[in-house]
Amino acid sequence: MLAYVGALARLTSQAAYYAFVGPFRGRPLRLGRAFSQAMEVGVRALPVLSLITFFIGLILAIQGAYELKKFGAIHFVADAVAITMTRELGPLITAIVVIGRSGSAFAAEIGTMKVNEEIDALETMAISPVQFLVTPKFLAMILMLPCLTIWANFMGILGGSLFGVLKADFTFVEYMRASVSALFMRDIVTGLIKSVMFGMTITAVGCSEGLATGQGAESVGKSTTAAVVMSIFLVVVVDLIFTSLFFFAGGI
Amino acid sequence: MISLHDLRVSYGDREILHGVNMEVKRGETLVILGGSGSGKSTLLRTLVGLEKPSSGEIWLKGKNLASISDDDLDEIRRKMGMSFQSGALFGSMTVGENVGLPLREHTKLEDSTIEIMTRLKLEQVGLGGFEDYFPAQLSGGMKKRAAVARALSMDPEILFFDEPSAGLDPIIAAGIDQLILELKQAFHMTIIVVTHELASAFLIADQMVYIDKGVIIAQGTPAEMKANPLPRVRQFFDRVAEPEVEQEMDYLQMLTATHRRPNR
Repeated sequence: MLAYVGALARLTSQAAYYAFVGPFRGRPLRLGRAFSQAMEVGVRALPVLSLITFFIGLILAIQGAYELKKFGAIHFVADAVAITMTRELGPLITAIVVIGRSGSAFAAEIGTMKVNEEIDALETMAISPVQFLVTPKFLAMILMLPCLTIWANFMGILGGSLFGVLKADFTFVEYMRASVSALFMRDIVTGLIKSVMFGMTITAVGCSEGLATGQGAESVGKSTTAAVVMSIFLVVVVDLIFTSLFFFAGGI
Repeated sequence: MISLHDLRVSYGDREILHGVNMEVKRGETLVILGGSGSGKSTLLRTLVGLEKPSSGEIWLKGKNLASISDDDLDEIRRKMGMSFQSGALFGSMTVGENVGLPLREHTKLEDSTIEIMTRLKLEQVGLGGFEDYFPAQLSGGMKKRAAVARALSMDPEILFFDEPSAGLDPIIAAGIDQLILELKQAFHMTIIVVTHELASAFLIADQMVYIDKGVIIAQGTPAEMKANPLPRVRQFFDRVAEPEVEQEMDYLQMLTATHRRPNR
């Protein structure tokens, strides 16, 4: 497992090299590819992400109210939803949706290329497969995941507001105001830091499984499955690490 | 131009090439022949730097690929072109974009110039006008031609072909042979072809090399190879099937021998 994570770290640092250091060393960045990846990873995920996080927000509100009612504190449901979404569920659910859509797609795309000798072809043309394939995806993910997370947080709060307005005596404006005032900058920022880390993890796992594909169509299926499963697992591990970090480093 | 000294290549602990020695002169067309599993593909992959030798030397244009830096390898690769067995065209790009890719990545030429050069290369291989087609829309022969066009796009000094006629009908295969001959005559490129199609080999080769179980057991001009008396070589050239096992003990050994599963 440690060797696996080590390999992921190596791939990520290579991708980062081509993204941030390469341009100053005569290896220009092709932003066109990164842009089209960003469209695919981000913009096209909006419909399904919006729906999912809206429902999650609603579920959070209902479950939160179930407990808060006992203390006669149902008016705190707005706070509960807002904080839980921005600190935890917004980034995590976004990451899971992106894993399902893009993590698997990265592995399948690169895996199929490997099987068709296209990765070898790139190498013989003196084009680094990491620079050509991984770096655009890497840039797209670290840009899009925070953006998607912000949107997810908003949709989650919106979902909670449905419950708040119908069952907790809020008006829409009151609910939104309560949500905003419950949030501190650090809630949003910690969530966004997590989302960037998730993005890097998902790219690393998806691309490295793709590059490690064996021969034949069956291997592509295996790589794709492995990419999704390992991504989910590692995202949760990263989540645990950063949640603990933020908690113990001064209770943020 | 290219010389190999005692080259050994292994996949893990399985040695595939057991000390290969070979010379290729500039402007020469070398055909590497061999049966399935003989190591010819491994030899080709090592020549283009896709596999690293486990020992021995492999000199290409004055540099030893066994101990070369990545930058130097990139430098050499820019002057090299390779056409893969399945074409290995990038499915997400058009034929034109495929052929223009090396130019786009390695030169600062303008798009319009790249487009003209792409059209030129495609004309050369007989695919003029197909720039906007996607690889999935091409037939097998056309894919191979497009792959050759892409290999030619940086005007390489050395061209490598991995089984250029594999899976093609005789007419299309003859077309590819014709193309290789034209490239040879027009540009005097050094060309290395791995194949087991005998007709193609005799047509295009200046030198031939026969590799069997990881060792070169015969080399020479086509005429010399045809006259080679070694039984293994004769079997290959005369298209003789593996002899029936006649001895009982041999038969028993064949049935019960443990085979190590090939591990790539």
